[in-house]
Amino acid sequence: MSMPFYVAPEQVMKDRADYARKGIARGRSLVAAQFADGIAIVAENPSTTLRKVSEIYDHIAFAGVGKYNEFDQLRIAGVRSADLKGFSYSREDVDARSLGNQYAQILGQVFTHEMKPMEVEILVAEVGAVESSDQFFHILYDGTVMDEDRFTVLGGDADAIASRLESTWTPGLDLVSVLAVAVAALAGPDRSLVASDLEVAVLDRGGQRRSFRRIERTELPEFLPKA
Amino acid sequence: MPFFAPSEDPGPDFAALAKIQGLVPIAPTSAVDDRLRITHATTVVAVRYVDGVVMAGDRRATSGNIISHRAIEKVFPADRHSGVAIAGAAGPAMEMVKLFQLQLEHYEKVEGSQLSLEGKANQLGQMVRNNLPAAMQGLAVVPIFAGFDVRRETGRLFQYDITGGRYEESNFATSGSGGSLAGSVVKMRFHEGLTRDDAVDLVITALFEAADEDSATGGPDMVRGIYPVVATITAEGFERVLDTEIAERFVGLLDVLASRDGGGRVSETTTETAGGAI
Repeated sequence: MSMPFYVAPEQVMKDRADYARKGIARGRSLVAAQFADGIAIVAENPSTTLRKVSEIYDHIAFAGVGKYNEFDQLRIAGVRSADLKGFSYSREDVDARSLGNQYAQILGQVFTHEMKPMEVEILVAEVGAVESSDQFFHILYDGTVMDEDRFTVLGGDADAIASRLESTWTPGLDLVSVLAVAVAALAGPDRSLVASDLEVAVLDRGGQRRSFRRIERTELPEFLPKA
Repeated sequence: MPFFAPSEDPGPDFAALAKIQGLVPIAPTSAVDDRLRITHATTVVAVRYVDGVVMAGDRRATSGNIISHRAIEKVFPADRHSGVAIAGAAGPAMEMVKLFQLQLEHYEKVEGSQLSLEGKANQLGQMVRNNLPAAMQGLAVVPIFAGFDVRRETGRLFQYDITGGRYEESNFATSGSGGSLAGSVVKMRFHEGLTRDDAVDLVITALFEAADEDSATGGPDMVRGIYPVVATITAEGFERVLDTEIAERFVGLLDVLASRDGGGRVSETTTETAGGAI
């Protein structure tokens, strides 16, 4: 009988984490930030059809970076879970925290039990009635959940982008200003991003039931600083 | 969180998903209407006009000869550019509307694009069809569906039967016990190029005449301030007409009806000549 080679559990976990991180780092990053009238989500995404940012429920948005098919599968599961919950109970009972925890369970489960971890990093954002009740749940490939405030950055280059945002983001910005700040942070000092490189969506802090709104690429130049 | 193997994935179909999760009501196996008084909702009407369609429904729900609700609503937005109005057993009808609204939203979120108006009409037809076993036991639901087709840039109307048969109407659609009465009024006065004012007046007249003949249809309740629900659906979306506007239009309608009879009161038969059973 042949014995399999012994691999220390620390090594297995490290290899998986490295694998997932490498996959995520290959894609482009994404920023979500609060502003006076809601939450703006800005992704670097040259495609107009394969979305990184989308609607989950009335006040909840989903965003993912990394491997498209994997985060899209998670997105659809989230829409299903939210719609089923709202149908069984009430629309008010659907919240980002519960969705975030469910995502964390799944990603954690896949990370420890499957051959291959998911090469994704996702965000569940919920817009509240006031700025202090906005929520950002940032979930990593291994199921780690981070409850963040003000803004959050997903993707391989997150640390550098977050440090740029730290110095430029201020509370109470309007939409145009927050987009300018987010786009500048994503681009960094050596590049500049134009409308055709970006996917932008907003969760409006308004009265409507469905607060998710895409800013289509055709209307995006109005909101961006002139080059 | 629901995950499926590719072969079992329900796709953007919320009804299929709800079924997998066991959230679909079971149809009764014998007639319920004989033993229990089921609440029914009646008389809804939709008319096409220049900017789109106008939909309206009275506010009465009945259980046999009892008025079970005076202010029930039967006209609902299905999504931004369409609406659904219900007639039939009130409980299953409300459930159908809720499921239909969610189905359209679910499709839009999962697929990232909206169903065509035709697709929405067919979807509702399937839901009516799925209700057939319950309909056979006395829980029939017969909706009408109307919307603004953003691709064709026109208002469109769909009528159904209890088997889920879907019939597109070109000018107007009605459903419910007073539906044919309301339909006759609309038919007499419909013409191409109705304005919004004409269309709203036409549907409230149709509902008034239906309520005049059909005891299960409620007329305007000026004492309690309960008026039919009227909504317009245009390129700008579904918009409910304010109750204050409907109230004003009813006052106008009553003036017209009263002046027609000369005496300020609508007479039909006097007590002296009443020959029918009392």
